[in-house]
Amino acid sequence: MNEAGGLAALGLHGQIAVFTSAVLFVIGAIGVLMRRNVIMVFMCIELMLTAGNVALVAFSRAHGIEGHIMVFFVMAVAAAEAAVGLAIIVAIFRHYGVVDLDRFRLLRW
Amino acid sequence: MNLYEPVFPSLILALPLVGAVVNGMGAFLWKDNKIIPSVVGPGVLVAAFALTALNTVLFWRMGAHDPSVTGLWTWIESGDLRVAIDLQLDQLSLLMCMVITGVGSLIHVYSVGYMKSDPGFSRYFAYLNLFVFFMLILVLGASFPVMFVGWEGVGLCSYLLIGFWYENREYASAGKKAFIVNRIGDAGFLVAMFLLFGAFGTLDFIPIMEAAPGSLAYGGLLVTGITLLLFAGCTGKSAQIPLFTWLPDAMAGPTPVSALIHAATMVTAGVYLVARSSVLFALSPVAQTTVAVVGAATALFAGTIAIKQYDIKKILAYSTISQLGYMFVAVGVGAFTAGVFHLMTHAFFKALLFLGAGAVIHGVAHAWNHGDEGNQGAADTPWAGDPNDVRNHGGLRKFMPLTWVFMWVATLAIAGVFPFAGFFSKDEIVWYAGVMGNPAVWAVSLSAAILTAVYMTRMMMLCFHGNNRTFGGGSGGGLHEAPPVMWVPLAVLAVLSLVGGWVNIPSSLPLPDIHILGDWLHPVFAQAEAVAEAHGAHHEYVSPVGGGEALWAGISTLLAIAAVIAGFLWLRGSRSRAAELAQPAGGVSGFLHGKWYIDELYDRVVVGPLQAIWRVCWTIVDDGIIDRAVNGAGQAVRVLGWVGGQLQTGRVTAYLLVFMLGAALVLGILT
Amino acid sequence: MSALAGFYQGHWILTALVALPLVGAAACLLVREFQAKHVALAVSTAALLLSLPLFWTFDVAEAGFQNAVSMEWIPGWGVSYAVGIDGISILMVLLTTFIMPLAVAGSFSYIQKRQRAFYAMLLLLETGMVGVFVALDLFLFFVFWEIMLVPMYFLIGIWGGGRRVYSAVKFFLYTSAGSLLMLVAILALAGVNQGQTGEWSFAYADLLQTELGRTAQMWLFAGFAVAFLVKVPVFPFHTWLPDAHVDAPTAGSVVLAGVLLKMGVYGLLRYGMPLFPEAATDPTVLTVLLVLGLVGVIYAAWVAAVQPDAKKLIAYTSVAHLGFVMIGVFGLTRQGIEGGILQMVNHGVSTGALFLLVGMLYERRHTREIADFGGLAKVMPLFATALVVVALSSIGLPGTNGFVGEFLILLGTFQTRPWIAAIATTGVIFAACYMLPMVQRILFNRLDRDENRVLPDMNLREKLVMAPLLVMIVLVGVLPGPFLVRTQASTEALLVRISRDAPAAVDSQAEPGGELPPLAGEPGGSRP
Repeated sequence: MNEAGGLAALGLHGQIAVFTSAVLFVIGAIGVLMRRNVIMVFMCIELMLTAGNVALVAFSRAHGIEGHIMVFFVMAVAAAEAAVGLAIIVAIFRHYGVVDLDRFRLLRW
Repeated sequence: MNLYEPVFPSLILALPLVGAVVNGMGAFLWKDNKIIPSVVGPGVLVAAFALTALNTVLFWRMGAHDPSVTGLWTWIESGDLRVAIDLQLDQLSLLMCMVITGVGSLIHVYSVGYMKSDPGFSRYFAYLNLFVFFMLILVLGASFPVMFVGWEGVGLCSYLLIGFWYENREYASAGKKAFIVNRIGDAGFLVAMFLLFGAFGTLDFIPIMEAAPGSLAYGGLLVTGITLLLFAGCTGKSAQIPLFTWLPDAMAGPTPVSALIHAATMVTAGVYLVARSSVLFALSPVAQTTVAVVGAATALFAGTIAIKQYDIKKILAYSTISQLGYMFVAVGVGAFTAGVFHLMTHAFFKALLFLGAGAVIHGVAHAWNHGDEGNQGAADTPWAGDPNDVRNHGGLRKFMPLTWVFMWVATLAIAGVFPFAGFFSKDEIVWYAGVMGNPAVWAVSLSAAILTAVYMTRMMMLCFHGNNRTFGGGSGGGLHEAPPVMWVPLAVLAVLSLVGGWVNIPSSLPLPDIHILGDWLHPVFAQAEAVAEAHGAHHEYVSPVGGGEALWAGISTLLAIAAVIAGFLWLRGSRSRAAELAQPAGGVSGFLHGKWYIDELYDRVVVGPLQAIWRVCWTIVDDGIIDRAVNGAGQAVRVLGWVGGQLQTGRVTAYLLVFMLGAALVLGILT
Repeated sequence: MSALAGFYQGHWILTALVALPLVGAAACLLVREFQAKHVALAVSTAALLLSLPLFWTFDVAEAGFQNAVSMEWIPGWGVSYAVGIDGISILMVLLTTFIMPLAVAGSFSYIQKRQRAFYAMLLLLETGMVGVFVALDLFLFFVFWEIMLVPMYFLIGIWGGGRRVYSAVKFFLYTSAGSLLMLVAILALAGVNQGQTGEWSFAYADLLQTELGRTAQMWLFAGFAVAFLVKVPVFPFHTWLPDAHVDAPTAGSVVLAGVLLKMGVYGLLRYGMPLFPEAATDPTVLTVLLVLGLVGVIYAAWVAAVQPDAKKLIAYTSVAHLGFVMIGVFGLTRQGIEGGILQMVNHGVSTGALFLLVGMLYERRHTREIADFGGLAKVMPLFATALVVVALSSIGLPGTNGFVGEFLILLGTFQTRPWIAAIATTGVIFAACYMLPMVQRILFNRLDRDENRVLPDMNLREKLVMAPLLVMIVLVGVLPGPFLVRTQASTEALLVRISRDAPAAVDSQAEPGGELPPLAGEPGGSRP
């Protein structure tokens, strides 16, 4: 697939939206990797999801309505995820008194 | 022509088995009842004896020659192997049955008195009946495997009866030793059976003996292998060099057991086996020579040990080994009838000797338990309190006159003094050893005969003559004759020891010409004799140094009488007797008293190293090498896992970084 | 009888034997704690009664499979539910159903914790064991083979003693490592078969038709053999066994020795030899297997002789006994194989009985050290009688079952491999060297410990558990015919099958020959 040709079909506004989404995603990804506070990591994950949503909307200019539909799904899932994730964070905080990611190494065998 | 139909042959076997079962149940259910075992135990034996006698008489009366085989059921059948539980009644097995049930009956009756106060009374009779059952299977079985059932079965009963008083560690160990040593020989017996099956495709006696002269090469490797392996079994069961060490230890059992199992019947099973396989042995001169040489060596060797023993039962045990050696000399040189003849007479006089010794032991122990005086024998001696030790006997003639007389009858019989039973049978063996064997075997047999007279006289002198030492030199108060239930069997055996030899008298002697036994057994050994003759065995009937049978019979009986008289005179003097009673310190007498230290030798050379190897196998090979290798394999996997585990930091961000890099990589590859 | 026979021709009986314990296991979990053992006993006894008529309805002349059925299970992969019994497996199935009620009844007072789970595990084990013996589809076989491991792992790991977790893990890993190689071999075999026929099938009957080259046979045989040799266990793969036995509860040891150890040799007879006849009759392979068996017979007896722990001693005797079985089977003679199959039954009965007896001691004294006993014949005469009889059976005294098996094995193998059999015969000496000292040190000698003075003799339940075993010991010893005859047709068929490829190595009729001189005439028949 010709990438430039794909993007060209979106038009200028579309291209701006896609680039915005890419920037947002990278910011989110860097945040997830760099931040140690669980809340911040969580927010960054949300940011990545939002970036995804933006991209979906942008691409739907060229590919039809499905992108918009997907966005609603993602938002619903994100909301559910936020509910569960925040609950876990609260539980962790209650248990350990901190929400520092570097302190939790239970995944290590 | 065979008109003979056996009368309930399986009942002969079934009776002792029923007795064993009843008494075995009694050992649990009516433990304290002494009447039932007293009736059932000897009762089944007497009934079996009557039935055997009936069959023998019928066999005789009908002039039957061919064996009669009664099939019971097919035991093992696989491929072309077929082993049936068949009973073979012929001249040899009937004679053996007569001895087993006859002497067995007497010993059972005697046991009622001897074991009267033992808490294991019923158990004792269960074992004893079971022994007779297996012994009868041994002699009645019509094939090698069925014989082997009896062969190992009597070993089991021997094990149980030697360790009858199992609370004594030494006794229990003696039983175990007997079983294990016997098993060494039994392994040879087993391999011999495998060879026989390979050669004949059957294990039944009759077809094998019929086919053997035609199909096995005379003196060939195969027949020599078979017979030597069979003889290995015999050395175990009949206590010959090198497997004889268990028999003296086996004296730990009750004395009637020693009389029945370790003198009269079981230990002669090896002789029976050689006689039963006479055709095979006749085909292998090497095996025959081996049998004769081992027999002669054992006869002499055991005699030298017997001369310096003090335990009355040990003296008799070594005497038994020596006499069994004689029987092997006979069957080894091909004089099968003489071997079986001595087997029979030996059963009479050796059973008598053991039962007499039992009466003495019983009397001494009883006197100690109930006597007025407290000290048991000479205090501060190693033998204080041991009723078996002749140093605690002496002068018993006064207290036990009947036993004394019977024991002298047996002693003269075993010494080979005319006209007692042993004279005829032993003389025949020595004679044939010279005629058919070689001069060395003959000379050894002759000297062992003199030794026999010497050690038996010594035993009699120390036990019955001189002054009594039972209570440390005081009067022998409390000692008295055995009850009738014990001495009546002794009397019967004494009569048999007196006249038992008159069934087979060498024709060269100036005596009535009686060949009952020789004629009776002739059909059994005819084939073996034919084989020997066909291969050029031709015998000059002169001894190796000249002289005919009558002359040498006279010489040997004179030698025996001389030895008896010399021993009598020697130990009559109180000084020489005192010297003989002292514990042997060293030198030749110490060496003989120590039984040539063969037990110690075996412990050092065989048992000790083997156990060391076993330990090495366990701790070093098994735990140290094999299991460590197995666990090492497990450890190796664990180490591998640990190395892999080091990649896992447990930090979520690290995982995410790897994840994202991976995702980018995948995307990069895909696009 | 004929009505019953017709009723029993169906395959339902085998399926029921597999399913019944499984249902029972579920039932055990559902009932109350103290009822579990009664449910387990009832179910295992029902399975025994259900299987018993098979002994009589079995057609001894038929070499093929009886009560057989084959149904589709996973058609896409060619996996079928195929079961059936023949002369090789019938005695094994009956042995399993015979041992199980005794193992259950022997645990009544031994198991005090988590009884429901315990009895459920035992019954699950029975399903696996019966399944292994009746399965005629290699996939199905493998499923049962692995199912068996799980309950055994828990039996040792939860209800065991000593280093129970170590032993359980060792048992599990060791045997499953072997099975994985077998799984690979099964898949490879099915693959080759698919290449030849164009269809996937794991059915035993189909795989028997696969044509394999010599090299392929060697590799696949090796894959099967590793799994089976570990299971037997053959020296030097035996070290899991003493650990597992020592730490297992009584019932675990009984089942392990009684049934599980038979699966190795059974697998070799059922799969290893017929599927890869060329490999299994290769002289080098045979020599290696026979020598390993021989080393097992002698070496294990030696190690057993110096064990201070009664259970460990008996565990090593199992290695020695199974060594005998190996020698018999790979002697490739009628007598050897039939004796081997019979000896497996004998070993199950005798060694199972030994473990039950040692378990009785353990329940009373909480020790298995032989040195802690002595003189027990005085206080426990019935127990002593039973132990002596069982010990004698274990060392192969004529008149007991052990002799018949050993005799046939040694006699058969002697005809093809005389030296191996002759050396193995010395094993009967060493058998006496390990068993009699143990008997003496437990039962005889002085009763010198106060704790031992008050030991009660066997109670009614224990008597009832031992009685069938003792009856079997004497019955097979005196009248082995009915047992042997059931193995004959299948043994002969097996020998015919493998001798097609290697007639030289097989001695199906045990004709006298070799270095022995030829016989004149026909000995054997004539008898007055």
